[in-house]
Amino acid sequence: MTQAVAWFADVGIADRPTVGGKGGSLGELTQAGIDVPPGFVVTVAAFEEFLAALEAREPIRPLVEALDPTDLGAATKLSEQLRARVMEEPMPASVREALKSAHAQLCEDGQPVAVRSSATTEDAEDASFAGLQDTFLWVLDADDMLERVRECWASLYSVESMTYRRKQDFPEDGVAMAVVVQRMVDAKCAGVMFTRSPTSGDKSVITIEGAWGLGSAVVSGEVTPDKWVVGKITGEISQRDISDKHARQVPAPEGGGIVEVENEADRRSAPCLTDDELMALREVGRKIERHYGKPQDIEWALDQDGKVLLLQSRPETVWAMKDAEAKPVAEPTGSPLSHVMGIFSGGPKK
Amino acid sequence: MSEKGFPLPSSIKVIPGTEEAQAAYPYYTQFVPEDDEKFWFYNSMHFPEPMHHFDMITAEAAYVAMGAFNTRVHVLPTAKGVDHRIINGRVYIGGVVVTDPDEIAERTEEFQQRAFYYYEHWEDLYAQWKDKMKALIADAQALPSPALPKYEPVETFKEGDAVPASHDLLKIYQQQVEGYHRMWHHHFEFLLLGYGAYMTFFDFCKKAFPEISDQAISRMVAGMEAEIFRPDEEVKRLARRAVELGVDHHFTDDMNIDQVLADLDALGEHGKHWLDELETSRNPWFNVSSGDGFYHYHRSWNDDLSLPFAALPGYIEKIKAGENVTRPTEQLIEEREQLVADYRELLDTEEDKATYDQLIGLAHRVFPYVEGHKFYCEHWYTNLFFNKIREFGALLAEHDFFGPEGVEEDVFHLTQYELESAIIDLMLSWGVGAEPRGPKHWPALVAQRKAAIAEWDKHPTPPALGNVPDAIDDPAINMLWGITRENLDSWLDDGAENEKELKGFAACSGVVEGTARVVKSVSEIGRIQQGDILVCQVTNPTWSPIFQKIGAAVSDIGGSMSHMAIVAREYGLPAVVGTGKATTRIKDGQRIRVDGGKGTVTILDDEPVLEDA
Repeated sequence: MTQAVAWFADVGIADRPTVGGKGGSLGELTQAGIDVPPGFVVTVAAFEEFLAALEAREPIRPLVEALDPTDLGAATKLSEQLRARVMEEPMPASVREALKSAHAQLCEDGQPVAVRSSATTEDAEDASFAGLQDTFLWVLDADDMLERVRECWASLYSVESMTYRRKQDFPEDGVAMAVVVQRMVDAKCAGVMFTRSPTSGDKSVITIEGAWGLGSAVVSGEVTPDKWVVGKITGEISQRDISDKHARQVPAPEGGGIVEVENEADRRSAPCLTDDELMALREVGRKIERHYGKPQDIEWALDQDGKVLLLQSRPETVWAMKDAEAKPVAEPTGSPLSHVMGIFSGGPKK
Repeated sequence: MSEKGFPLPSSIKVIPGTEEAQAAYPYYTQFVPEDDEKFWFYNSMHFPEPMHHFDMITAEAAYVAMGAFNTRVHVLPTAKGVDHRIINGRVYIGGVVVTDPDEIAERTEEFQQRAFYYYEHWEDLYAQWKDKMKALIADAQALPSPALPKYEPVETFKEGDAVPASHDLLKIYQQQVEGYHRMWHHHFEFLLLGYGAYMTFFDFCKKAFPEISDQAISRMVAGMEAEIFRPDEEVKRLARRAVELGVDHHFTDDMNIDQVLADLDALGEHGKHWLDELETSRNPWFNVSSGDGFYHYHRSWNDDLSLPFAALPGYIEKIKAGENVTRPTEQLIEEREQLVADYRELLDTEEDKATYDQLIGLAHRVFPYVEGHKFYCEHWYTNLFFNKIREFGALLAEHDFFGPEGVEEDVFHLTQYELESAIIDLMLSWGVGAEPRGPKHWPALVAQRKAAIAEWDKHPTPPALGNVPDAIDDPAINMLWGITRENLDSWLDDGAENEKELKGFAACSGVVEGTARVVKSVSEIGRIQQGDILVCQVTNPTWSPIFQKIGAAVSDIGGSMSHMAIVAREYGLPAVVGTGKATTRIKDGQRIRVDGGKGTVTILDDEPVLEDA
């Protein structure tokens, strides 16, 4: 079998079949010189080995393939059954050792990690499948990490995930799960960034949204983030909407995981990013966009020292579809003067 | 919009006590009942203050020339000229719009041939233009000062044509007025076509990049070699020469300029050398007006050296610290090209990239005129013009035309026609050998008009009059007159606006808080401290030497392509221009916040309670 563990620095987008979309993207960004919190991917090979042992005991894939996606009762029952089996099955020793060793290397000083599922079908340009898998934040030690990896695997057999695959008619054989294990950022603030305008599609601006604490609060929509519109090329800040950020998500004081705490009054209404930090984000956004050659939808965090770290980047999809059918802005002509005539000869402005 | 309208011209009353001063403006500038049918707006951009009677010549000559070019020379398809009226010293203008489709079609055909000829031959025509303009300036400079000797020198008949000096007064005056009108024709020869090319690129960018700022587009178009930057470069050169010649210690923040000049003169070789350098810079580059050149009291650097001299100590300090203060033209050109290339890269189709290349190419060809003409027209020529009128003022004052307390500036309370009659009065009396009538006629009128201007200045005037026409949405009208549906709406909402916030054009982004320094004339420049926010009526390149000192700039007048905006962007100085009323609403010393990205100015202090009591 191929390796159970692949480090970010050694993988790219092309490795999606073995490291999943998220793992491949984080590897690609790492290789492009973008600051990504360090980490590794528990590869599809590890999952396959685990699943082979499970299948050998009793088949799994044929059961899913036989599922009627409209029969919610059956799906729920199957999900419960399969998830329990995934959680109970011992992890193959070789996989367990590889993961523990990688974890020890990643977290020399016992730093907490995030464990995030990275399905091979997820983060394909079809964003609608994204987010169906699980993410576990502030995971404290290696044993806990192993449990979370297993939970990620099990999430492939959630009701939503299975019925989605059946509706899309994905062959179950091709469905596999990689898992990202990544050093956790103790974020001062975090959020998302689109390297075009979500409202007008304008590619010359970057929209940045952020709030205090971990980015999970912004992504899940639990906090109304501050919002800025920044000129991609000029760096002008053309819009600043500072919102009332009532709470933030922070690491739990003990036992791992995260908790929500109220923000004190002056922090609620204070912008979570300085202009310099906005410019640093803009630089990173431009760099990633140039790397991929198309506008991106990015998750970012600033650590307690204000350093920008990238947690996720995927192609923007909504406007990209409209672009495909867009016409030129102006009818091309042989001479600029016919355009000038258009301005002078008037007619009501649209 | 329809439920709210502007007052009709006929409802605007002349402020009591100023009726005679109002009646003294030419008959064709007075509102008549038929004017209620038309739409008028207050030209606060060019004429923000009540007009001295003589200064109306600026409006008149400009609208004569603009009209002729729009209507008869370029033959713009949808817009002719601009009518103007004056009431309570305020200039209202109303555009003449073409709406008949047949006429538009006919004019479009004419315009196409004419405009295309200009665009195709732009560089040659502009080179010719500069020659014409310089010749016109040379003519004005060659005009002698008006003077009346006791007896005509014998050379007049021995060598000359035996026409006495009194006739020269008329000749100089009429030539000067003729030259001023001619200058305004030159001014409008390329202006609208230049703006048209710019607007076309602007329009394309706004469609391709709906959220692009006006500033970004302006920066892509901005010329790099324009004359507007030169005066400030000359000040830097003089600072460098002062250091090289070892005379830099003469220039301090609290210097007395006359004393400095005298000291340098007495100093010997190095001092004289620097004074020679000063002369080189002064001609022509110090012929920049400290205002926009539309009023006689917008004096030039040459008339008042305090502005360029205020900048010398700062530049000297930087040069001695080893800093290179010279404008990095090469680097700026590179930055502009990079900006153009970066936006191009974002366009989706090859067709759009081709159109973009065409339009930015045309804008770069024609824009140097738009930026450069002002130095020759509104600054250099206008300054010569008003100074010549000032010489007539001195001559008339010498002959007691303005009474025992009279000064040369009083001449600007006469209309151009009245001034000609006063000159003829003087010519007559000199020849007849009798007393002129002027000394008994003009002092009372000058006093009356002085009082009227002071009175008019106290009363706000409506931003527009009459009914808003549908054609206001025509892009040509927006471009020519800077009037959009949006700013009409904001004028109508004027009463409801936030007292603490002023809106203007976002000229250069950045947020700065600081102490407002409301500066009404160049003579107050010494009051500006490091980090203050300059609040003034017009900020143009002539103010740029003090940009090194201030934290931000706010002006009453100007658009996002105004010279002030261009220079502010170059200095990276947060600026809001065209607020309309910053110098009246903001009190000196108040703390204000300038958001140059949004185009807003916020008054942070509470109004001092006793201020208005």
